Order: sequence, then C-alpha cells, then structure tokens
Amino acid sequence: MAAAPKSNDVKTEARPLEAAAIAKDVLFTAILAFIILGPILGLKTFAISGSLALEQRWGLVAVFAAIAAAGRLAYHLLVWQKPQARPSKAASASFLPAISFGKYLVPVVLILAIALPFLPGVDRRVVDLAILILTYIMLGWGLNIVVGLAGLLDLGYVAFYAVGAYAYALLATIYLPAWFGDGIVPWAFFITLPIAGILAALWGVILGFPVLRLRGDYLAIVTLAFGEIVRVILINWSDFTGGPAGIGGIPRPSFFGLPFTDGEGGFAAFFGLDFKPIHRIIFLYYVILVLALLTNFVTMRLRRLPVGRAWEALREDEIACRSLGINTTSTKLTAFAIGAMFAGFAGSFFATRQGFVSPESFVFLESFIILAVVVLGGLGSQIGVVIAAIVIIGAFEVFRELNFLKAVMPAGFDPVQYRMLAVGAALVLIMRWKPRGFVTRREPSVVLKEKKAISTDLVAEGHG
Amino acid sequence: MAASGQDALLRVEHLSMRFGGLTAIGDLSFTAARNDITAIIGPNGAGKTTVFNCLTGFYKPTEGSVILTHEDGKQFLLERMDDFRISQQAKVARTFQNIRLFAGMTVLENLMVAQHNTLMRASGFTVTGIFNSPTYARANREAIEFSEHWLEKAGLVDRADDAAGELPYGDQRRLEIARAMCTKPVLLCLDEPAAGLNPRESEDLNGLLLNIRNEQKIAILLIEHDMSVVMGISDHIVVLDYGVKISDGSPAEIRSDPAVIRAYLGVEDEEEAEVVVERAVAAVAKKPAGKKVAAKKPPARKKGGRK
Amino acid sequence: MEYFLQQLINGITLGSIYGLIAIGYTMVYGIIGMINFAHGDVFMVGGFVSLIAIVALGVTGGSGFFPIILALVLVVFIAMIIASAYNWTIERVAYRPLRGSFRLAPLISAIGMSIVLQEFVRIAQDGRPKPLQPIVTGGYEIMSREAAQGEFIVRLSNMQIFIIITTLILMAVFTAVITRTSLGRAQRSCEQDMKMASLLGIDINRTISITFIMGAALAAVAGLMFFLYYGVTDFYVGFLAGIKAFTAAVLGGIGSIPGAMIGGLIIGLIEVFWSAYFSIEYKDVAAFAMLAAVLIFLPQGILGKPEIEKV
Repeated sequence: MAAAPKSNDVKTEARPLEAAAIAKDVLFTAILAFIILGPILGLKTFAISGSLALEQRWGLVAVFAAIAAAGRLAYHLLVWQKPQARPSKAASASFLPAISFGKYLVPVVLILAIALPFLPGVDRRVVDLAILILTYIMLGWGLNIVVGLAGLLDLGYVAFYAVGAYAYALLATIYLPAWFGDGIVPWAFFITLPIAGILAALWGVILGFPVLRLRGDYLAIVTLAFGEIVRVILINWSDFTGGPAGIGGIPRPSFFGLPFTDGEGGFAAFFGLDFKPIHRIIFLYYVILVLALLTNFVTMRLRRLPVGRAWEALREDEIACRSLGINTTSTKLTAFAIGAMFAGFAGSFFATRQGFVSPESFVFLESFIILAVVVLGGLGSQIGVVIAAIVIIGAFEVFRELNFLKAVMPAGFDPVQYRMLAVGAALVLIMRWKPRGFVTRREPSVVLKEKKAISTDLVAEGHG
Repeated sequence: MAASGQDALLRVEHLSMRFGGLTAIGDLSFTAARNDITAIIGPNGAGKTTVFNCLTGFYKPTEGSVILTHEDGKQFLLERMDDFRISQQAKVARTFQNIRLFAGMTVLENLMVAQHNTLMRASGFTVTGIFNSPTYARANREAIEFSEHWLEKAGLVDRADDAAGELPYGDQRRLEIARAMCTKPVLLCLDEPAAGLNPRESEDLNGLLLNIRNEQKIAILLIEHDMSVVMGISDHIVVLDYGVKISDGSPAEIRSDPAVIRAYLGVEDEEEAEVVVERAVAAVAKKPAGKKVAAKKPPARKKGGRK
Repeated sequence: MEYFLQQLINGITLGSIYGLIAIGYTMVYGIIGMINFAHGDVFMVGGFVSLIAIVALGVTGGSGFFPIILALVLVVFIAMIIASAYNWTIERVAYRPLRGSFRLAPLISAIGMSIVLQEFVRIAQDGRPKPLQPIVTGGYEIMSREAAQGEFIVRLSNMQIFIIITTLILMAVFTAVITRTSLGRAQRSCEQDMKMASLLGIDINRTISITFIMGAALAAVAGLMFFLYYGVTDFYVGFLAGIKAFTAAVLGGIGSIPGAMIGGLIIGLIEVFWSAYFSIEYKDVAAFAMLAAVLIFLPQGILGKPEIEKV
C-alpha cells in the first residue's frame, strides 16, 4: 500500500518516481485488480439441476488485471512524470472560452435544431434520437432550476416526470373520453399538457414542503426516497395506475386536431401531402423543441426576476437571505414547483410519444441521469445542459452502433449490455477531471457597466 | 444619554437566552434611541452576537421581549416574528461577524437581492414580471439606481460587476453594509464591522457609518471590539459580561466605570487597567469623532496595549 | 402473541443485518461527511463473493455441524478481504481525489461507483437471481399453539441464532477497536476535526482507508448473512438494503456505532411488523417513509447531538 503514490502529493511534488517504485506500484495494481476481479469475474455461477456450479474464467481475469496494470504504468509514465502535462488553470477554467463565443454558438445551434428534420441525410432514427436528447435537455433545464439555481439537490426528480406521464395517460385514455366523449381525444394532449404541469407542480410543493429544513446529502436522500415511494405506489396501486403492466393505448398526438393517419381527414390529406409515418415523428420533434425552448426561455427570464435572484442567493447563503427579508420557504417551494412543472410537461410528452407508460420508466437511475446531465453541464448553465445531454444520451446510442466489436469479441458479446457500466465509470472519471462540469462560467443576471463572467469556483454549491 | 420614553426605537426587556444549561444572555434590558449609534461591547463569549440573533429572529429568546417602534408609532414584537419578516416588515437589517455575501454573484446582484421584496411586488410576484411589464421594468431600473447610489457611498462602483467573493476583505465588509442598507432599514445591526480591517479600511468604515447615521437618520446597533471605533462614533454603550449587562451609558461614563474596567478589560491589576484605558482614551481624544479615528487595532483584552 | 413473538425474532435478525451495514455508513459519514452510496453495493458484492466461495468449497446443508462452521468462518474471511479490497479501491479511485472539492462531486462519483458495481456484477454473473439450498438448517421450537388454521409454531432457527451471535461478537470487537485502540482514537479525532488531526501527526489518508476497510468487512459479513437468511441474492439487493441501512445510521445518530446498531434493529423490526400486520407490497414504502420521517423530524438521531444553527 505504501508504494501506491498518494495522488495529493503527486500534484504538489510531481518529481519522478524511481523505476523500482513504479514497478512495485504497477505490480500492486495488478494484484489488487486480480483480487477484485477474481471471484466475481473469474468464477461465474450458473444454475445446474437445482443447485449452482462454477465456470472458471481466469484467463479473462488475467487480461483485465493486465489492462489495469498497463493503465497504471501509462499513468505513471505519461501523466505523473510530466508536471507540465497537468491541465493548466487557463485550460481547465472553461469549456466554452468566452461568452462572445457562446453568442455565436447559441443562434447556430438553434437554427440547426429548427432545420434538423429537413437536413439531408436525416432519417427517422436521427429525429428519434434528437427527440430523446431534447427530452433530456428539457428535463435537465427543469432540474437546473432546482439544483443549479436554488442549490437544492433533488434525486427524486423523476417522480414529477412520472406524475406528468401518468396524468396524461390516465386523462387521455379514461377520464377525458368519459367526461367529454371520444371527440376530445385528438385534443387530449394540448388539454392535458397544462393540467399535467400543474399537477406536477402541486406534487413539487407537496414533496418540497417536508424537506424545507433539510440540506446537503440528507435532502438528496430524502428526495430519492420520495421518488421511490411514488414508483412503488405506481406499481402497487393497480386499480388506478395499471400496476407493473402500466397503461397502454395512449392516444398519439394530433396536429391540432388532425390525426397523423392515412386517408381522409388526416394531416397528410389536409395539406395535400403524401402520407408518411415520419410526419408524426417530425411533429413530435417540434413539440418537444418548443417545450424545451419554452423551458429555457422561462428559466432565463426568471433568472432576471427577483425570484430567480433569490434562488441563486439561496444557493449562496441561506442565512444571509433570511436577514435580507427573503421568505426562504416560498422561495424554495417555487423552485421545486417550477422545476417539477417542466418535468410534468416532459412527462406528458413522453407518454404521448411512447403510447405506453409503466413504472419501469421512472426508476432512480433516470433521476440520476438527469442529475448527471445538469452536473456534467455545469450547475446553473443552460448551454452546459445541452452539451451534457448530447454527450450522455449520444454516448448511450453509440453503444448501439458498436456492432463491429461483436466481430472482434467472443460470441455472445453485446455492447448495449455495457452502456450503464460505461456511463457509471465515465461519471466517476468526469468528476475527477471536471468536478464543476463543462461550463464553469456563471453569467450575471444584471449588469451595471460591463458584463463579466464569474468563475464557478466562487459559486457556492448550495445547501441542498 | 440613555434613551427613554417615546424616543426609544428599540426596547429590549428582560431578554434571556439559554442553550440547554448554558445561559448565553440573562435578563438583559436596554434601549436604543432613534438616530443614535448604540454599541454593545464585552469580552469574547459575552453573548453579544446572541443578542443580535435574538433581535433579528435567528434565535427565539427563552424569555423577554424586544419591541421596535417605528416613527409612525407602529410597534413590532420582534421576539415573535420570523427572521425574514423582521427585515421585511420591522425593517431591521444586519451584517454578520463572518461576512455572509453571495460570493458567486456580482456586487450589483448582491444589492439587487437585498431589494427583493420591493422588486417582488413590482414583478406582480413573478406573474407579470415574466412578461417584463412596464411596472417591473421601471422598478428594476430604480433598483439598479438605488444600488448604484449605495455603491458610491461604499466606494465600490468600479467593482459593481465583479463577483463579491473576489473583493478584498475590507471591500466585502463595506459591501455587506451597503447590502443591508438596500433593504431600507430603520435599524442597522452591525456585528464587528471593523474586525480584521487595516487602519485605512477602518477609517473608511467609520466614515461610512457616520454618514449613514447622519444622512439616513437611522439607528445603528454596533458590536465591536475595536475601542477606537466604539469610543469614536457611538452615542451610547452597553457593556455585557457573561450575558449580563454590567454597565450602560455614554462613552464617557463607560470609560470611567470601574466595573467595566475590571470585567471587560479582564485585567486584575487596577493600575495596569488604567494604563490600557488611558491609551484608548488618548487615542480617541487626539482625533475628533467622525473625521479620523485612531489607527489603533483591536481589543485591549490582554495586558498592555499594542504599539 | 405467538405470531408477534415470531415477528419479533425475525425483526431482530433482519435488524442485526441492517445494523452491520449501517456501521459502514455511519463511520464514513462521520469521518468524511459523505454518503458512501456504493456501500450498499459493497454489501451486495460481499454476498456474491460468499455465494461463490460456498459453491467453490462445496459446502452444503449435508455436511456436518463443525465442517459447516469451519467453512463459514473461511467464507466470511474471504468475503471480508475481497469486500475490503473493493471499498479501499473505491475510496482511492472515486472519493479521495475529490476530497475538498465541490460538494456534489463525491456524491455523483459515489452514485456512479454504485452503478459500476451493480453493472459489473450483473454482466459478470448474469442478471438472474442466484438461489442456494439452505446450509444452516434446523432450529428450536419455542412455543406452539393450536390455532383454527392448524398449529402455529414459534421457531428460532439456527440460522437466526448464528446471525444474532455473530452480530453481537462483531459489535463487541468493533466497539473495543474504536474505544480502546490508537486506531480508534485516530478515527474519532478525524471525525472531530480533520485538519487538526493531521497537524497532530495523524495520517488522515490511512485512517480514512482503514475506515472504509472496516465498514466493508462488516458489510461483507452482513452480505453473507443476508444471503444465507434469504437463500437467494442478485445484483440489485444492495440498493434497497443500502437505503434501509442508511436510514438506520441516521436514526441511530450519524457517527455513533451503537446508534447504528439500535437504528438497524428499529428499521428491521418496523419492516417485519409492517409486512406482517399491514401490507407486504408497501413494505419498501414504509422504509422510505421512515427514512424521510427520520431525516425530517429527528435528523440528529437517537444517540446524536442536536445541532444549533450557527449564524
């Protein structure tokens, strides 16, 4: 153990280690890797005639231990031996060098986003992926209000997404037709959207109220518990929610009353187009784009209003807020409510897009991915969320494309199986490399003379 | 000149605060007059900050009452109010011993947050503000102007768009006072505003405080160890020791009170105590109050004053 | 009455297991102030390693009493060593580089690590639950009663005796380590003030590493017992058990080892009684609601000290 250099010391000293010490450390890494991987990877259990037997795979363990040792050696030689190789302050300070760069970036991305379905080479799969990414961008922006601005760490955000999805699913399949007749179904999405948002916001307040006094990790774990409670209730309250099987046959959205169907009265016929299934996908794309942009617009606007400034002040110092006459209770609750409202909108969209909802879609992991989008992007940064959502969700998709690996690797290898593992590992690594996320600049909400970005090293991470 | 009768802005009556078995404040009564600077002094651990926390609602006192009377006769029982309401309605602002700025926000933003309640109303509690209603736009402009006004007083206009956390220590102290003033208080409570300041900064601070009192016509409640500040600018001093008031009066009265000399200066030897006090007095006497104040640094708690 | 007694026995057994896991949370939280989110998964790894060791050693219910005890002791040691290696590595890779950085970073890193462990075990050992024939069998009938549906027997199984006795021994050893040894003193001083401890010559990194190792060792024992008790394990057991154990740690007063044990017992009893008398489907809701209630109304826990807000 003593041989393993302490990473803290290395940063300050960065003097070359002796070859013997390196060899010892690499050997130690190999042994440790062998111990760790040995039993779980090396001895695979499988069921045989009512009991368990073991399959030995020591070769695999040796390969991975060797990889770990080689990695450690490379680290020694390439990173620790060269002090100048450490990322300099300037380089690590910002992913987007300056605000002026962002000024051009934003319109370009926006135009690209609007034109995307009609760009050459864009097929259904790309639009589908874009819809998925936009959904996460919207959720990320919504959560950014709670975590990034108000500094309240919420690990149960997916509960509000679930509320929105189930609100739409139940209203559109059962209640609206029962109350107003079937004629309302094509309009269900547009009617339900605000209702879902309000319901989710209400739940934001209900779940936010008890946790007002909590801060830090405690707040995180209580919100996690609330998220799980909502999911367990969705599973077990079968009469109302359909239980584990969920709710199917949710009406697809219509083009403001015109269904996306072939033939008379459909969207294609009305506009004199040839019927194509992709029309609906493109429509969905624009719906989520508008919803996401709305989220962004509202958030940007709120930041310039007293309530938004109070959120940020709350993140910086709650006690000072109270001494300035800010009602921290209502400030926190509005953050929870508005964040939850956007999750509710996104949930409704999710339900209409999938046509099916079940508790499976609202597990803790989902909350975590949304949080990862926000943290990776850089807390409080709107453009950061966009980048992080593209990186994370894009990386998920890349695993689907890794089919060539199947040829190289042994039979039965399926890259998709590894994507959560990769995401987990990537998060650990990214936290080491960029704990503050991609965008480490905060833009002031009001300017007297000259706009200067603030390094987020100064920005507090909030109490919650 | 202990304030009495209707002139009293703040009346603290039989205030007690106990934490478990520990009595931080025991049966404390004093008054603070309108437009006076009242200093609360006492050795470390005497319960001064606890008094502030009781006044501003961060602690609920175990016993006693704190009554604030506005000029129009409106009374507030501070011990019964939530902390944020004390600032919002009773108009009591405070600063903190260990500066609590919004470090990641700009200097200007710090001052804008202090005008939260005014702006909140102007923004129709966000509903109309989100569409940038003319009312809100005007209120916002006025808030920026008001902030600029205070930035000028605190000498921070040039730093308005820098992060508050980047400012030097002395500037942060003044910014915190300016921020408190942006809530338009009738009573400003300052918790050791001169702590850690160098002589020049200390002087700037005195100027700012006297300016606040003279121009804004508000009362200031001051906790301070720096005798030059206390003796130089206060109109009235309350001395605490172990949570109990041991003296109360004008600076001159306090200076000559043997109980204060014994307890506050913590000097057993009477003779030595006199030397310490004389030095403090001499330092103040040399310079008329309000202009320049002695460059003498903190508490004459230990034996022998400094330089 | 008989039914109640039986539930009480079951609750204490389950509570002992939660208590052992909770110690790991409480020590790590006490010393570095973070929730080791991956701790529940280290517990799961401990269970899996035990399972593999049991299969590899060929232990079955048919082997005699002493061979079984001997084998289980060996299995416990293997599980402890390997789980410790895991937790040590996790601390080095995911937490130590982030110490003193942005507060959210270690939490995200911990959740990332938790996902890595779950996914690693899922991929390496496939996702199916792993059942095993009972190894420790037999027990004592304490009480029986003729009931309308037939005879109701209150049983105290050997397995339960094994779990409770092991827990008591570990608790005793552990308390002695914390209160009597210089290592324990170092841990307690780091808990109070890490900077000061380091100024006084305590190797903080080493102390923290050992804390993680000790927590993992106890979690590994809990993993073995949990697996033997239920006779089945899978890659996902760590999540729920971890949350319940964390609740136990907070309930007992974070940082307090006897508190963790008491909290564990309370959570175990609540879960068992809730399942027995109310609804088994909602037993996890009970656990989560309990967690929320404890954190909201009793954040200092039973044996913790209340915190006064510093202004």
